[in-house]
Amino acid sequence: MKQYRSHLLVCAGTACVSCGSFKIKEALEKEVKKRNLQDEVLVIATGCNGFCERGPIVMVHPEGIFYQRLTLEDVPLLVEEHLIKGRPVKRLMYVPPAEKEPVPKMKDIEFFKHQRLIVLRNRGRIDPEKVEEYIAFDGYAAMAKALTKMTPKQIIAEISAAGLRGRGGAGFPTGKKWETCRLAKGTPKYLICNGDEGDPGAYMDRSVLEADPHAILEGMVIGAKAIGAAKGFIYIRNEYPLAVKRVEIAIRQAKATGLLGQDILGTGFDFEAEIVQGAGAFVSGEETSLMASIEGRRAYPRQRPPYPAEAGLWGRPTNINNVETWANVPLIISRGAAWFSSIGTETSKGTKIFSLVGKINNTGLVEVPMGITLRQIIFDIGGGIKNDKKFKAVQTGGPSGGCLPAEELDLAVDYEALSKAGSIMGSGGMIVMDEDNCMVDVARYFLNFTQEESCGKCVPCRVGTRQLKDILTRITEGRGEPADLEALLSLSDTVRKGSLCGLGQTAPNPVLTTLRYFRDEYEAHILEKKCPAGVCKALIAYSILPEKCIGCLLCLKNCPVGAISGEFKKVHVLDRAKCVKCGVCFDVCPAKVRAVAKLTGMDKDRAQGSGR
Amino acid sequence: MGQAIDEILKEFSSDKRALITILHRVQEKFGYISAEAIPRIARHLKVTENELFGVLTFYRAFSLVPKGRHVVKVCLGTACHVRGGPMVLEEFERKLEIKAGQTTPDDEFTLETVNCIGCCAIGPVVLVDEDYHGHAAVPNVGQILKKHQDPEPRRA
Repeated sequence: MKQYRSHLLVCAGTACVSCGSFKIKEALEKEVKKRNLQDEVLVIATGCNGFCERGPIVMVHPEGIFYQRLTLEDVPLLVEEHLIKGRPVKRLMYVPPAEKEPVPKMKDIEFFKHQRLIVLRNRGRIDPEKVEEYIAFDGYAAMAKALTKMTPKQIIAEISAAGLRGRGGAGFPTGKKWETCRLAKGTPKYLICNGDEGDPGAYMDRSVLEADPHAILEGMVIGAKAIGAAKGFIYIRNEYPLAVKRVEIAIRQAKATGLLGQDILGTGFDFEAEIVQGAGAFVSGEETSLMASIEGRRAYPRQRPPYPAEAGLWGRPTNINNVETWANVPLIISRGAAWFSSIGTETSKGTKIFSLVGKINNTGLVEVPMGITLRQIIFDIGGGIKNDKKFKAVQTGGPSGGCLPAEELDLAVDYEALSKAGSIMGSGGMIVMDEDNCMVDVARYFLNFTQEESCGKCVPCRVGTRQLKDILTRITEGRGEPADLEALLSLSDTVRKGSLCGLGQTAPNPVLTTLRYFRDEYEAHILEKKCPAGVCKALIAYSILPEKCIGCLLCLKNCPVGAISGEFKKVHVLDRAKCVKCGVCFDVCPAKVRAVAKLTGMDKDRAQGSGR
Repeated sequence: MGQAIDEILKEFSSDKRALITILHRVQEKFGYISAEAIPRIARHLKVTENELFGVLTFYRAFSLVPKGRHVVKVCLGTACHVRGGPMVLEEFERKLEIKAGQTTPDDEFTLETVNCIGCCAIGPVVLVDEDYHGHAAVPNVGQILKKHQDPEPRRA
């Protein structure tokens, strides 16, 4: 194998690609060639690095220098300075918020420093489209061990002792699931990798599939040996074309190298893997719905028991695990249960990947040990709230989860603690909200989502989510009544208890947690017809303060509907009849001027009365 | 069109499991599932047209009407929602003079929403055909459309 003195690792996760990382890669390759460095420097496209907000990202190996937000114009400079003259380019490095000096090395950046990479161990390090690179980092060694040195019982014992629990949300012990399926009568047995990551605001599975597809395949072969399955399906969400492509390549390469298919590694063990593409239905992430979808039917959930482990795909015993769960398996086998269970809390072992998004400085994908506090994730890794705003809530667990307030920031994150606080671990979405987010609006958003995605099979979910959404919509439109709060609580209870599957049973969580922690906001909407955060359109109005306006034309030029009139250096006037309340004028008005006011409640009525 | 559909069907056995995959292929090729396609696919898989219709209308990925030459998808996932995604959608609706789910009269743009495309870090995100636009905001909606507009607008 050829040796290079430097590797340029270009992140090719979806977010970086959308910022033009493939063009950066091309430009780097061209520049490297132009400088005649092609025998010394190798440019590689890797899977998602995680610090998505900073894309396009390039890491220079072996120094570990982290370059971010690159443009095509930066490429010649980077090559000239760093690769020829050996002077890393400060200007292209990451500068932490509120600081002046850049942090050159990736390992010193706060965002990466507190992470513990197990599942994401290969992120930004290997080319996911080359099986050799996965193998070079001990890939498929665990599979070899499981196939040659372990019995199915030993594999399951190891997974059980490690304390691995399902990463899709419910947290069911993986070893126990495997054991049930192993003992179940009936052949053939099937495996499924659930990559139908439907929670809005969560993209860890997509990232793992894109960055390290072989880890999934390796985990599945180990699981297949433990359970006695010969066929597996990888169900990938329709919205993830790059993940589909990477897994397709991985399957092809693994088969060509004897790591998948017939007689794996000459051990006589056979396992085939096939991709099934989703078709855009949130409910298909539910295991029984997902199986219906693989069978070519509507993704309707069904009553359990029987559980899939006993009667799953085509009525055969089927073991279904989430992407992240499968990716944990190889490391548990190679490094042992004792090592794995030394990480985490009493009941939740290992790490969890969260997608840390919303109103936060360092947005991206983070993998942290279970038991870390929300505060550490949001403030140490995430660098706190954008634009020095105040933290209001963090939403975990997607539409099945809840919103936790500042008082819960010191909560140590694990399955039990989150559910005690009214939320759930879920698949790992973590959406941070600041003082400008309205919690009633957030509850309405989620119920709108679940109502649209409800498959309609059972009444409590189909009708209940609709009713909840209608009440919440009324409240956000200033038509709420005091009795609505009681109605929300009792309806939530009915939906939770009466629904057939997890989608309905957990759908009221966003309502229940916001009512529990932010009741004052509901009351402000209902009693004072006021949206304290200034989000709910029916309850707010914008106004230009004549005493402050300097007549800079900024708001006038940016208003999408021409609702603002005025001249240069003369006070501007906003026409309420035309205003669509998009908030652009408020955002573009210079911070020093702040002439655009957002009014709600009494202030709004008063301003309207005065005709301003 | 019928012939092209049969070409696709040739690649599949009559195993019902292929139903969704076939619909994906037809959708990809024609941009929608036509009235002509339904009986052909149903016959091939030995299912009733009724059952096929039930499946295809269940999933968001399939459309019964043709789409415009460019499909604009505004992400309304949670991360995009809290960063102002709905305002971006409204601006598209105003600029294109259609509502989400509709196509402009000149068939140039179809406007859709999506519940998260997993690019949360750069939200609000707009996907036009296969082009991702991160950090979308009301003032740059016009530019996004301009980039994808046909050079010679075909008047309706």
